[in-house]
Amino acid sequence: MTITRRKFLGWIGGAAAGSATLAGTVAHGASNKEFKGYPNSFGVLHDITKCIGCRKCEQACNEINTMPAPEKPFDDLSILEEERRTTPTAHTVVNKFISKVSNSSNSVEKNNNTNGDTSGNSIALYVKKQCNHCLEPACASACFVKAFKKDKTGAVTYDASLCVGCRYCMVACPFNIPTYEYDEPLTPRVMKCTLCLPRIQEGKLPACVQICPREALIFGERTELIKQARMRIQKHPDKYVDHIYGEHEMGGTSWLYLSPVPFSEIGMREDLGTHSAPELTAGALSAVPIVVGLWPVLLTGVYAISKRKEKIAQEELEQALAAAKDEAEEITAQKLAELKKKMTKEKETAVKTEVKKALDEAAKIAKAAEEAKAKKAAEEEAKKSESAKLTDKDSDQSDNLLSSEEEK
Amino acid sequence: MGLQDTIKDRLSNNGLIKNRLMKSNLINNPLIQKIEWTPINIATAIILFVGFILTIARFFGGLGTVTNLDDNNPWGLWIGFDLLCGVALAAGGYVTSSACYIFGLKRYHSAVRPAILTAFLGYALVVFALNYDVGRPWRLPYPIFYSPGTSSLLFEVGLCVFLYLNVLFIEFTPAALEWLGLKKIRNFVVGLTMLLTIFGVVLSTLHQSSLGALFLLAPSKLHPLWYSGYLPVYFFISSMFAGMSMVIFEGSLAHKYLHHKMDETHLSESDGVVLGFSKAASFVMVGYLGIKLIGLSIDNNWHYLFTSWGLWFLFELIGFVALPAFIYAVAAREKNVKLARAASILGVLGIILNRLNISLVAFNWQLPLEQRYFPSWMEIAISVFVVTVGIVVYRLITAYMPILYEHPDYKHADDSNNKHGHEED
Amino acid sequence: MEHIFYTLQDFMVHTKGITYLIMGGLLVGLPLFWLFLTGRDEKNKTF
Repeated sequence: MTITRRKFLGWIGGAAAGSATLAGTVAHGASNKEFKGYPNSFGVLHDITKCIGCRKCEQACNEINTMPAPEKPFDDLSILEEERRTTPTAHTVVNKFISKVSNSSNSVEKNNNTNGDTSGNSIALYVKKQCNHCLEPACASACFVKAFKKDKTGAVTYDASLCVGCRYCMVACPFNIPTYEYDEPLTPRVMKCTLCLPRIQEGKLPACVQICPREALIFGERTELIKQARMRIQKHPDKYVDHIYGEHEMGGTSWLYLSPVPFSEIGMREDLGTHSAPELTAGALSAVPIVVGLWPVLLTGVYAISKRKEKIAQEELEQALAAAKDEAEEITAQKLAELKKKMTKEKETAVKTEVKKALDEAAKIAKAAEEAKAKKAAEEEAKKSESAKLTDKDSDQSDNLLSSEEEK
Repeated sequence: MGLQDTIKDRLSNNGLIKNRLMKSNLINNPLIQKIEWTPINIATAIILFVGFILTIARFFGGLGTVTNLDDNNPWGLWIGFDLLCGVALAAGGYVTSSACYIFGLKRYHSAVRPAILTAFLGYALVVFALNYDVGRPWRLPYPIFYSPGTSSLLFEVGLCVFLYLNVLFIEFTPAALEWLGLKKIRNFVVGLTMLLTIFGVVLSTLHQSSLGALFLLAPSKLHPLWYSGYLPVYFFISSMFAGMSMVIFEGSLAHKYLHHKMDETHLSESDGVVLGFSKAASFVMVGYLGIKLIGLSIDNNWHYLFTSWGLWFLFELIGFVALPAFIYAVAAREKNVKLARAASILGVLGIILNRLNISLVAFNWQLPLEQRYFPSWMEIAISVFVVTVGIVVYRLITAYMPILYEHPDYKHADDSNNKHGHEED
Repeated sequence: MEHIFYTLQDFMVHTKGITYLIMGGLLVGLPLFWLFLTGRDEKNKTF
């Protein structure tokens, strides 16, 4: 029940030609906020059990994208010995993985035996690597100039004329696919698989699918490819692990993979989860406008409160100052009054004492004068009576003084 | 005092700007007039020269010639250090200005201008450094003016950094306008302080957190211990103590080398700023430890703690968050300014370690060792060059403009012209 | 005009684009409204 490449070719052309009207023809609600991707978008199913590692797809990719020829020619399969990743000049690479035969992979072994690639009980598996063209591309979610877009055909496109070269897309890509022209000084581009969008628009197959000699790559509508893959798993449960890689990884990818061994054994991460990049960032992004809406209100509130507190503090300070001033004035007045009172009292007493003193002194002086007078009179009488010879005024005076002192 | 007088002399006779510029060049131009060939200046000259040569190599040879970046490691030191650390450490601007103007902590007023200057220079340097990292730098306006990719967190970061750079520029202009003596414009701009401060906090909240949110869409590449749905919150909260640590750290450098430029207000307030910020930083750090613990618990990542990545995670958290938080706490309790300054060095290093861990060390942790990234010497040299350019410009600006002191003409102008003056009494 | 979005990515670019414009409006409008709100307050210069 495999649809051949040729069969696809037939009806793909028509579908691709009509892809321009895809968006318009299908009624698809967007208001429920559940996004199922572009209807009838294309994808590629990579059946790893069928890949023989011929590197023809690498060559076709190289030629269709007019890349420089690699150092080693594409028919040199020794290059498969080392694990490679995409580069600016190789949008797709095929890697070889040696896997231990698991209990359920007998048919795989057989399959690979025909390819002559087994050694002992381990088998060689070839895995093609290129852009998986996510349904919700992480690179597009990360790009701040909308250089990446999910096309309605399924291709994730890149517009170098917008690219600033920040390389956030490369950080974002969970599959480590986008590459960068680091040696380009002025016009570095991000390089990755385009799903051969120009060819799809012309109704052709992607170059790698077209050239694949083993139908390890099948191009078709993604929904059809998933059905197809399910059918294969159902039909050959011993041949495949029960997992379509890309159906849900990171929200789903346009490239789908079938493998005989767990994908983690062939270099594909199984821990990516099913959340798409826009889902992962939606929370943080929706917090942004809320901060813008609430922060100014909140901060102005805080400001107003601190301002009000300040005002109250200022008023209280002023009140306190005024009160203190009043109090101080009162106290001063009181003190002044007291002082005045005291002063007058003191003055009075002082005057009294002074007066008393003065009176006392005056009385003393008067007394002294009287006594002196009396003495003088007595002396004069004595002089007169003794008829003294010495009548010098000076000596009289000095005597008077001496005597007055003696009396004191 | 003498310095202020000369400046007052210089500014009081309002002649032509040109005239004034010439005059000021003659009076004190630390570079033109007296380039002293001290070891520091010689080292600066060498770094600038090497940086110049590498700039030529970068723009003529492409990123490949100077960096170790490759397709698996598209972001290196220039994003991890120059962008992430640069923005985080420039957070002092919004932290200090909001503390002073919004929360009314007027005692931090003298710290606002240096913090705004550092923030402005920091952001200017971030944008400057982006020109090296981005492939086509002349298209940097594209996301904002030509083709806005609104679903990208990098768009958010770019828009906010662009707007915030403008806000910081306007917040910084009063210093330049005072220097130029353009009183009217200066007073108008000072009147916008409140508006600008609130804008600054809004924009800072957004882009500080969005820098963390940049990594939200790469859960498969970042180690689970560092990856968390709370990344934006972690980045925002840690930017607070990053900013405070940087203000303290920068202050201690300024005290050492630019002491003569500081006026009495700055000197008398600076110890209070250091101790106040230590207390705040300490508490925020402890809160940060708390939400980190919540992050561990909510994602059930305990078992990773017993791996070597867990040891490294604990080293970051205990050595560079818990320890500085404790030292800050002791410093704040004992009013020990020196101790606080020592803690600030740890705090700054801790932020650098955290940002580098997220962008470089724990990023792509699953890749085999030979595919991991380590910066080339040229990348390191360019980063050192960028930082040196910042220091040189800082020295030039503080030499001329009233940053570490208040302009004598405007000392009390704040009180009369607008209500958010600096005088407390 | 009913536009159909097929991917969350396109939906987010569209809605965030409009939301960013609203944010710009808020940042301008809120301060203006605050001025209106406090316009009659005595000598209460807030901005």
